Amino acid sequence: MNLNLTLFGQAITFGIFIWFTMKFVWPPIMQAISQRQKTIADGLAAAAQGEASLEHAQKAVHDELAAARKRAAEIIDAASKRAEQMVSHAAVAAQTEGQRLLEQAQQQIAQEVEQAREKLQKEMTHIAIAGAEKLLGRSIDEKVQRELLDKFAEGI
Amino acid sequence: MSSANAPLTSTEYIQHHLVNLTWGEGFWSIHLDSIIIALTVGLLFILGFHYAARKATAGVPGKWQCLVEMVVGFVDTQVRDSFHGQNTWLAPLALTIFIWVFLMNFIDLLPVDLIPMVAHSMGATHFRAVPTADINVTLGMSLTVFCIILFSNFHAKGAKGFAKDVACHPFGPKLAPFNIALRIVEELAKPASLALRLFGNLYAGELIFILIAALVPWMFQWTLGGIWAIFHILVITLQAFIFMMLTIVYISMAHEHH
Repeated sequence: MNLNLTLFGQAITFGIFIWFTMKFVWPPIMQAISQRQKTIADGLAAAAQGEASLEHAQKAVHDELAAARKRAAEIIDAASKRAEQMVSHAAVAAQTEGQRLLEQAQQQIAQEVEQAREKLQKEMTHIAIAGAEKLLGRSIDEKVQRELLDKFAEGI
Repeated sequence: MSSANAPLTSTEYIQHHLVNLTWGEGFWSIHLDSIIIALTVGLLFILGFHYAARKATAGVPGKWQCLVEMVVGFVDTQVRDSFHGQNTWLAPLALTIFIWVFLMNFIDLLPVDLIPMVAHSMGATHFRAVPTADINVTLGMSLTVFCIILFSNFHAKGAKGFAKDVACHPFGPKLAPFNIALRIVEELAKPASLALRLFGNLYAGELIFILIAALVPWMFQWTLGGIWAIFHILVITLQAFIFMMLTIVYISMAHEHH
């Protein structure tokens, strides 16, 4: 064997390299690795959490939708009920109004009939007096006749 | 090629490839080629990973950061599986071993004459490109590991506890000398096995590439060379992994209380 100083040169160099690796190479790399491991773990945890919250949100959405649907149905129900009510109210009002109009019309008619009758009575009196004058050829005591005829007209 | 100046025989070619570029004499010399390549790939590792570490974000990582994180995560898992307890330096140590040894082994997959050719053009007479095929390099690394194992023993048990551990196991305090002798062999076997396993594998791998380059006609080299290179991808990764794993195991053992 051919042993010489190379041996110690190598031994010392080796020692220096070990020291350098220990000081400047190993720690930053391990730190980066463990930091990345942490980042990945955090990311995975966040993903799991996100999934859970998504599920939660979906459930909430589902519940909300169901509630909204229920409320909508209630509103529609109430609206249709109210519409029915309004229609029936309107029908009643129309009926009463019609009745009222009808009664008014009847009253008016009755009034007009009465007026016409009165007018007719007067006309009749005149006609009767005129007719009687023509028939008798002379004027009768207007006062007496009128009373007579008024009595007659009232009898009609 | 190394035979640029004078034609070499196969034997000379092989021998030439097994000589280090040496500076100095005897024990007080340095294999410049091993040190240069080891430092180059080591700095490549350090700076590349430091770049990734500096730019590291917890956000979306780039491709380089992904690769670095994969390696770091892999090493971290290995350490966590084998070593129970708090420790800030074992995992970086394992990462350094794994990547550095892998990169030094990887030089073996480059064409066997490529780096020597470049070196020759710059005036080097010899050049062995694979640092881990040099026993000095592997033994140097295992020497550091050995020191760390000793340090861990002291650190985990205290001087007294360690002494007791050495003297009283495995045969009890009455056979203390025997225990101590056994422990010394055991402790020395750890760095030796680490160093020799890596060295042996890579030396053999390099030698086979050299043999293929020396003995097989050039138009057929790609067959054997290709097969060996593909197989060698497994070997270099596996050897880097084994060096790392055994280091982790040895240090875990040092931390255990009997």
